[in-house]
Amino acid sequence: MPLIKNGDWADDEFATVADDAALPEGAVIVSLARFEKERAALLARNARLGVHLAAPQSPEALGEDVHRLSVVVLDFPAFKDGRAFSWARLLRTRLGYTGEIRAHGAFLVDQLAHMMRVGFTAFDGDARITPQALASALGEISYRYQPAPDGQKTIRQLRAR
Amino acid sequence: MYRYDEFDARFVAERVEQFAGQVARRLAGELSEDEFKPLRLMNGLYLQLHAYMLRIAVPYGTLAPRQLRKLADVARRFDKGYGHFTTRTNMQLNWPRLADVPAILRELATVEMHAIQTSGNCIRNVTADHFAGATPEEIEDPRPLCEIIRQWSSLHPEFTFLARKFKIAVGATVHDRAALLYHDMAVEIVKNAEGRTGYRVSAGGGMGRTPYIAQLMCEFVEREDILAYLEAVLRVYNQDSRRDNIHKQRIKILVNAIGAEEMRRRVAREFEEIKAQGYLRLPQEELDRIAAYFAPPKFEPIAEPVAEYEAARTKDKRFADWCAHNLAAHRAPGYAIATISLKPIGGVPGDCTSEQMEAIADLMDAFGLAEIRVSHEQNLVLPHVKKRDLPAIFARLSELGLATPNAGLVTDIICCPGLDYCDLANARSIPIAQKIAGRFADLKRQEEIGELKIKMSGCINACGHHHAGHIGILGVDKKGVEHYQLQLGGSGAEDAAIGEIMGPGFTAKEITDAVERVVDEYLRLRQPGERFLDTYRRVGMEPFKNVAYLEQLHAAY
Amino acid sequence: MSKRATDPQILTANRLIDGRVVYWQGAGWAESLAEAEIFDDPEAADAALKGAARSVAERVVVGTYLFAVRLDEGVAVPVKARELIRAAGPSVRRDLGKQAEGLFSPPPVHAQVRHARTTPGPARDPFDVSI
Repeated sequence: MPLIKNGDWADDEFATVADDAALPEGAVIVSLARFEKERAALLARNARLGVHLAAPQSPEALGEDVHRLSVVVLDFPAFKDGRAFSWARLLRTRLGYTGEIRAHGAFLVDQLAHMMRVGFTAFDGDARITPQALASALGEISYRYQPAPDGQKTIRQLRAR
Repeated sequence: MYRYDEFDARFVAERVEQFAGQVARRLAGELSEDEFKPLRLMNGLYLQLHAYMLRIAVPYGTLAPRQLRKLADVARRFDKGYGHFTTRTNMQLNWPRLADVPAILRELATVEMHAIQTSGNCIRNVTADHFAGATPEEIEDPRPLCEIIRQWSSLHPEFTFLARKFKIAVGATVHDRAALLYHDMAVEIVKNAEGRTGYRVSAGGGMGRTPYIAQLMCEFVEREDILAYLEAVLRVYNQDSRRDNIHKQRIKILVNAIGAEEMRRRVAREFEEIKAQGYLRLPQEELDRIAAYFAPPKFEPIAEPVAEYEAARTKDKRFADWCAHNLAAHRAPGYAIATISLKPIGGVPGDCTSEQMEAIADLMDAFGLAEIRVSHEQNLVLPHVKKRDLPAIFARLSELGLATPNAGLVTDIICCPGLDYCDLANARSIPIAQKIAGRFADLKRQEEIGELKIKMSGCINACGHHHAGHIGILGVDKKGVEHYQLQLGGSGAEDAAIGEIMGPGFTAKEITDAVERVVDEYLRLRQPGERFLDTYRRVGMEPFKNVAYLEQLHAAY
Repeated sequence: MSKRATDPQILTANRLIDGRVVYWQGAGWAESLAEAEIFDDPEAADAALKGAARSVAERVVVGTYLFAVRLDEGVAVPVKARELIRAAGPSVRRDLGKQAEGLFSPPPVHAQVRHARTTPGPARDPFDVSI
């Protein structure tokens, strides 16, 4: 799968593993259900771990374990389903999670700038989601009114300079 | 009124080019219609029956003459020479070409206007009392807070792909002229027991298929915390709202599913967290800075009574009639608030031609009027008129066909575009409104009837606020034929109530007679001082139902 | 959209570039209802609708669908008020839309009467809502 991290193509070092499949060696991403069921074993593995949350699943379900994860994947079953914007924000501001937040699914180029603002750092989308598209999307609007987890200065802060 | 600084201006300019890029991608085939639709809606662009429709934001209903002229200009150059003012205080163009929309938006940007978030599943254009800043009743002008909300909600990164649309209104008086409690969120400016100004916030109101009156979320939010509170409500909504059934995705459904108490608890948790982190604290200096833009004009000390005004009223019956119905008390002596009715008998409610808009702008310049308001009742309002100028203003409005003396009367009908324009409509609403207005055209009869708000929608989405009408009319499709249901007893004011459905619908031919019989029955039943709504509340549906269906009853025998 | 199985159908859409109402007329899209191809056979209508996916893919039109008409003296009259209004323009602004551009001829009297579901009488305005 094509993956974008730090603004460029990146290899996906994680294997996304189905709930009924055997775990391969190395870094894996599992569903929340599997994580909850096999929590101890998964955390005891000597490999990096990620959890893929479905759109209705709040990251709060991960509790303190979130800090032991290397990636949290948030799902866009349809681009119109914007719950993941709040989940990403919650990961950053309430849970204090600092690892990778990866968007997976049917999101649009036109959502990338918002996603970056609320805390996403990696993008796993369709063929139109390219580093070029990301760079261009981020350049479209120079100023922003709202404070967000990306820490960018707001228009009010710029006015006060 | 608010003026853009370099940041606001660049923000809007870049948003225009962003949208122009989206249009180009659509035309080049890089976006499907399914993908383009939410993007164009977020910028106010619909595809209706005959053409595209562009909904231009009029934030909190306030316009300067130069903005009114620009609306006239784009309506003439890119459309068919008229605009339609809506119950959301926006203005719609009914015939723009997709390819022209970026050019229209560039024109609007030159006068600090846009179409940002006038549709789509995001935070919509914020509305306010159309008498804001002019009425003697208010605690303070609600528009500075509206502008702060406008900025906070513009391209909000977290709340741009909500489950459904989200409408916020702000009021500051006991008399609600903004249908506050029918909004997803209502903010009322209030004073607490210690005399401190703050905000009472309600949420979960709405019209549409499942109407609800908003429920109290917080009795008193401190000024500096208001954005934190709004963000908390939106976050709970975005996280917890259903996404599986488009008819159950508004916040009103969530609030009523989990109950107001649980909603308050969830909001309070988010609120406490946001407040503690402090990033949305609204400093008093920022409030003051924005409020300064809305400072009222310097009112001349004018002694009442104003001789020229009183003399003209005595001399000219038509002027006296217009004053009796279209003027409201102003905070400053010698001044009045004047409503320009966009409801001429037989006209299209809310429509205004480019020539009329330009003439109004000229009139504003001639009389030193810096701003005009759009009301949710689809009229225009001149908020600060010197009474001595009123005879001349009335004369000019009369020439323009804009001096109908019917504000708040039975012919001042709220009406959505209906099936004459709208893709969602099931029935036409404009011709019915025209017919009813024609029936009650006689001013003496209207005065006899008194305050009676008829509100009409051409479909269940309720853009014409039929749930909130003293008499509400809902157009439905019955096997391909237009039918009309009557609802009685609704109110969008401080005594907000949802109208009760009378029974089976009427045909287009029957509905006007049915309304007339209901009104006549009210005149028969009312006690001294009662409005239609008061009588309805006293006597209930039964007497009205008994007379409304007379025609069908006779036809059955 | 309710339609009797026996009603003939017409294929319609809105043009992408300007949103104008168009009708499939066999080889392309026409602006006037009078030029529309009338499908008596539901299967042929469905096939035409499927075929219109190409016009959508080519970004000529959006929102393709079929609607029911009834024939009166060979003239197609939409069953629903919605399609009559789309074909003509706003009933409250006769100076606007196709009716003002020579792209709409009012349906024959009989059809209007049937549409309005009243007893036959003198020629009536198809949009008349008065008594």
